[in-house]
Amino acid sequence: MKWTKTTLGGWGRLPRFACEAARPERLPELNGAFDGLGEGTLIAHGAGRSYGDCALNENGRVLVMNRFDRILGFDPVSGDLEVEAGVSLRALMDVFLPRGFLVPVNPGTAFATVGGAIANDVHGKNHEKDGAFGSCLRWIDLLLPSGETVRVSGDSDRALFEATQGGVGLTGIMVAVGLRLTRVPSNALDVRETKAANLDALLAAIVAEGARARYSVAWIDALASGPELGRGILETAVESPVGLPSGPRRDKALPIDLPGFALNPLSVKAFNALWWSRVPAAGRSRKRRYDSFLFPLDAIHDWNRMYGRRGFRQFQCVVPRADGERALRQLLERVSASRAGSFLAVLKGMGAAGPGPLSFPMPGYLLALDFPERAGTLDLLADMERITRNHGGRIYLAKDSCLSADGFRAMYPRLDEFRAVVERVDPHRRLGSSLSRRLDIRGGGKP
Amino acid sequence: MSRRVWAILGASSPIARAFAREAAATGASLVLAGRDIADMERTALDLRVRGAASVAVVPWDAGDRPTQKALVSALDVPANDVLNLFVAVGSMPAQADIEARPELIDEVVASNYAATAFTILCLLPALERRRAGSVVVLGSVAGDRGRASNFVYGSAKAAMATFLQGLRARLEPAGVKVVSVKLGFVDTGMTWGLLKGGPLVSTPESLGRRVFAFAAAGKAGEIYHSSLWFWIMAIIRNLPYAIFRRLPI
Repeated sequence: MKWTKTTLGGWGRLPRFACEAARPERLPELNGAFDGLGEGTLIAHGAGRSYGDCALNENGRVLVMNRFDRILGFDPVSGDLEVEAGVSLRALMDVFLPRGFLVPVNPGTAFATVGGAIANDVHGKNHEKDGAFGSCLRWIDLLLPSGETVRVSGDSDRALFEATQGGVGLTGIMVAVGLRLTRVPSNALDVRETKAANLDALLAAIVAEGARARYSVAWIDALASGPELGRGILETAVESPVGLPSGPRRDKALPIDLPGFALNPLSVKAFNALWWSRVPAAGRSRKRRYDSFLFPLDAIHDWNRMYGRRGFRQFQCVVPRADGERALRQLLERVSASRAGSFLAVLKGMGAAGPGPLSFPMPGYLLALDFPERAGTLDLLADMERITRNHGGRIYLAKDSCLSADGFRAMYPRLDEFRAVVERVDPHRRLGSSLSRRLDIRGGGKP
Repeated sequence: MSRRVWAILGASSPIARAFAREAAATGASLVLAGRDIADMERTALDLRVRGAASVAVVPWDAGDRPTQKALVSALDVPANDVLNLFVAVGSMPAQADIEARPELIDEVVASNYAATAFTILCLLPALERRRAGSVVVLGSVAGDRGRASNFVYGSAKAAMATFLQGLRARLEPAGVKVVSVKLGFVDTGMTWGLLKGGPLVSTPESLGRRVFAFAAAGKAGEIYHSSLWFWIMAIIRNLPYAIFRRLPI
């Protein structure tokens, strides 16, 4: 297997680190992934769709997994599916949606791999109804630092199985995975868009509509302030009994990095005004294909270039429901005051925590915003970390590049449980990432 | 009912996998031929789920004549089945290594030319008899003009391209289409760590998609992939030698 020196970044293109990367093509190569590692560390890397540093390893090794993308078996009666961990959710949708089957949990991009979806225990617009990715997971073939591959399930090793869900790759290299797909009546959803003039109206709509619909997500105007703070459009969707014609995709690509000045307060304000006027005051209903509803940004390949060469940071947190409204108001006021050029924010309801000790969800509200990297962005994010923490909330590791180790410990109270499992399977600390060092996930200041 | 059979030579490569998936999605029957049986068995599982009518795995080795001959009996399918061949075989040792150990030329010639040519010659009667089908062989732009940095590999690719020109004329009356694909950069294990990306670099998926669509449409001839390479090679082929010699390529 050829190791090559390269510079890697996540989807936010920030930070970027010098790593040594290899992309195994065959199983025997993959099985030797830990050979010759010496004192260094290794982390698996899927499609590179995590925003920050969770699949990066500064001065360490990165194992690019996307050649392991084969479907190994499917049972159309039970919906049981067996795949290699580097397969993308897009490939699974292409193959199985025409047959009436769907991976029940999909994040905002279908380019992510199944391995990445497990490592970050991703959630979709149906989290309240269907849980996070782990809920459709049956087993994982995990290559451990000992060089041995074991099939891990709730029956064989529950602690390891659960720690791997959301374990940001620190429990082993996922080789193959057993999932269970669900049946859907068609390839489309009946989507309803409702306008809400401010945060109170929006939260009320999320609660009311959320009870009815399987899918629910709101896009809010992060520049709105005063009485309009938190104005947004709520999209809810239910399975449609009748599908849409499945024509070819008409994807576009952003061919260049936009210059830094392209996103300025004026252009962002103009965009948000256009976007707000797109939906009539009374709302509207229409039928949309799963891919266009679940993955709106996938239609523009390389959309991260919009933020230019310097990259961007995403802030994504969940805050508990009880105090949620106050927490959201403080966060949005801080963002609005900063005029930091974040144009759309995502707000949605979130359901119960998953079984993993590093599970991100909690019953409450999720807020996500993108910020171009500029002077002041890190201060803004530090303030938002503090507000989140003060309200008992939590920041999502898949999107993060600047959470403090201190904040991480406070937000993830089951960390010791996670450390115990990882210590058992990786006593010599051969797995590690830039994220695991930044947040001191293993403890003792070591990888 | 007649089936469409695609034999895939060198079936363990990501390019062959991408092409085979395109064929599988149309319900074709596939025969995977190559060295790594365990790997091809895994790919066969994938192709079955993706819609292949059937998938068989057979040994085929560029360095082993009997396995090449044996492919003829593996492809002894009913007379009204349409037989198609896709070849993604090749190896590119560094020029310096070949100069240090000239014996390596046998391997270069076998994997980039002779083994494929021998197999096609063995299959000629079977292809001709059916009066339909395609033969698609992947080559390289390196065969278009000999460069100091890579002329042993390039000369084997040139032999393959010339063979395919003749084969196209030979099989045209029989209704068999011959497609010669000249590849520029493709993101594979061969080029891992050497390429930066950009418009000159193709992925196995876009290559598989384009070439399968070309063959499925019943077209024959020479194509460059990415297509930008057609223009680049038109210039490179026609540069005066005195200038060409000084290029750092």
